[in-house]
Amino acid sequence: MSDHEYTPSSKFGKWFNDRLPLLTLANHLTDYPTPKNLNYWWTFGGILTFCLITQIVTGLVLAMHYIAHADMAFSSVEHIMRDVNYGWLLRYVHANGASMFFLAVYIHIFRSLFYGSYKSPREIIWILGIIIYLLMMAAAFMGYVLPWGQMSFWGATVITNLFSAIPLVGESITTWLWGGYSVDNPTLTRFFTLHYLIPFLILGLVVLHIWALHVPGNNNPVGIDIKKPSKDTVPFHPYIVIKDAFALLMFCIVFALFVFYQPNILGHADNYIEADPLVTPAHIVPEWYLLPFYAILRSVPDKLMGVVAMLSAILILAALPWLDTSKVRSAVFRPLFRQFYWILVADVLILGYVGAMPAEGLYLLIARVATAYYFAHFLIILPVLGWKEKTTPLPLSITEPVLGGSPNLAAARSDEKIEKTIK
Amino acid sequence: MSDQKDEKKTNRRDFLFTATAAAGAVGVGAAVWPLVDQMNPDASVKALASTEVDVSSMQPGQSLTVLWRGKPVFIKRRTDDEIKKARAVDINDLKHPEKDEDRAKNPEWLVMLGICTHLGCVPLTDKGDYDGWFCPCHGSHYDTSGRIRKGPAPTNMEIPRYEFVNTNTIKIG
Repeated sequence: MSDHEYTPSSKFGKWFNDRLPLLTLANHLTDYPTPKNLNYWWTFGGILTFCLITQIVTGLVLAMHYIAHADMAFSSVEHIMRDVNYGWLLRYVHANGASMFFLAVYIHIFRSLFYGSYKSPREIIWILGIIIYLLMMAAAFMGYVLPWGQMSFWGATVITNLFSAIPLVGESITTWLWGGYSVDNPTLTRFFTLHYLIPFLILGLVVLHIWALHVPGNNNPVGIDIKKPSKDTVPFHPYIVIKDAFALLMFCIVFALFVFYQPNILGHADNYIEADPLVTPAHIVPEWYLLPFYAILRSVPDKLMGVVAMLSAILILAALPWLDTSKVRSAVFRPLFRQFYWILVADVLILGYVGAMPAEGLYLLIARVATAYYFAHFLIILPVLGWKEKTTPLPLSITEPVLGGSPNLAAARSDEKIEKTIK
Repeated sequence: MSDQKDEKKTNRRDFLFTATAAAGAVGVGAAVWPLVDQMNPDASVKALASTEVDVSSMQPGQSLTVLWRGKPVFIKRRTDDEIKKARAVDINDLKHPEKDEDRAKNPEWLVMLGICTHLGCVPLTDKGDYDGWFCPCHGSHYDTSGRIRKGPAPTNMEIPRYEFVNTNTIKIG
C-alpha cells in the first residue's frame, strides 16, 4: 500500500522486514499523507479507538470478578463496587465508557454525514462503520443486562421480544434466544459470552475500516479529491498524531467528569434493584444512545411494523451512498443540504427526547412526525436534492481557499511540479 | 477424458463436484446443528413444566400472581360485575376476537399468562380504561377477560393449559 519503497536502516531491521514487513506497515502508518485541513471533527476516529481499548481493558478485569449467574450476578456487581480494589473505578469507567463510546460514534457519524465522507470511493468504509455501529449496540445492550437489575431484566425482555414479531417462527426464535420460556439464567450466561466476544469482532472490523480508509485516504472539510502526497497533505506523524492526542485529552476531561462526579447520571436508578420477573418497572427506558430508535419503534402502532421501522432506520444508513445523489461531498458547498442536515440533527435529538418520554398524547404525535421526517430525509430529500440543488463552486485544491483569491490553476500545478522536483 | 465438443455439456467431473459439495453441506449442517440447538431450552428447564397453586384463600375480586416456567401467571377470582362486563362485549368490536366463555371455562376464575403480548412486560392488575389490566411499558389496555382493547399489543393475553385438581387447587401446565 505504501507509495514509496521503504528500507529499514538497521541490518536486523532489514532482515526482519524481508521476512515480515511490519516495519513497512509502521512506516506507512507514520508517513501516511493526510489532508492538511482536517479539523477537530476528524479526531473522533482516534478517540473511538481509545474508547474501544478502554472498554476491552476494563471489561477484561471486570470479568475476573463478575459472576454470570442469575442468583449471583447482582451481588457480584455490588461486590465489585464495594470490595474489589478500585472496583468502583473500573466499573464506572466501563459503564460510562459505553456512553462516551456512543457519544464519540455519533459525532463521528454526523461528521461523515456533513462532509459526505460516505460517498464514492468511500462506500465500503462507511458500510463497515455501520456494521461496527450495529455490533456496538448489540454489545452495549448485552452488557447492560449483565448486572441483572430491574432495567437489565426488563430491557432484555422487551428487546428479545422484538424477535417474536417475526411471522411464524418468531416464538421459536425467542425461546431459542432465551434458552427457556423467559429471560433467565441461560439468557444471562449466553449474553455474557457474546458480550465478551463482540468487542473483538469490532476490533477486527476496525482494522478493516482503517485499511479501507487508507486506500483512498481521508476525506476532508472541502471534500475534494487531493493528490497525495502533495502540498495539500501532511504526514500522519507528527501532525495528526499531536492533534488527535490533544483532542483525546479534552475528551478524557469530559469522560472523567462523568466517572468521578456523576457516575450514575446516565443510568437508571431502577437498575440498583435486583431483577424481579413478577414486577415490571413503571417506565422502561433504554440507555440514552438507543432512545431515537426506541422512539421510532413505539411510534408505529403495529408490533411487526414497529420492529421493521426501527431496523430500517439503522439499515437505511447503509444505503446512504446511493440515496445521496449529489456528486459534491462537503456540505460547505451545498447550501440547501446544509439546512436539511441541521433539521435532521434536530429531528434525531427530538426522537431521542420523546423516546425517553411516555408513549402517549402529544409525545406520541411528535414521535410520529419525527419518524416520518427521518425516513423522508433519506428517501425523498437526499435523492431529490442531488439533482435540484445548485452547489457553490469547488476550489481546485485545499491550499487555494487558504491563499484566497480566485481558483488558481497555475498555483495548484506549480505545487505538483515542486513535489516532482523534490522527488 | 471427454471430447473437445462435449466440454459444455454436464460431464462426470461436474457430477463429482456437485456430489462432493452436497455431502460437504450435509456434513457442515450436521456439525453446526448441535452448536445451534444447545441454545434451546435444556432438560432442566423443560422439567419445570407444571405448577400447582392453592387458591382456597382467595376472595372474589382478589388476584394472585404465580411464577410458572419463569413467567408470571395471573389468577383472578372475578366479581359478578367483572364477569358481566367481560361477557357483555360484542365480539366483533375486538382486535383479537375471543369469547370470554372460551377464555374462562369457570367464569369466576380467569387464569392467564401475565405477559403483555406486545413486548413481554407484566401488566398492572385492575388498571386501564377497561378496568382489567394496563401495560405500563407501551400503553396496552386489557379488559376484565384479559383481551386487548387499546394499544400496540397484537393479541389477547395467553391462556395457559390448566385444570382444577380439586376445588381449591389449580394445576398450571
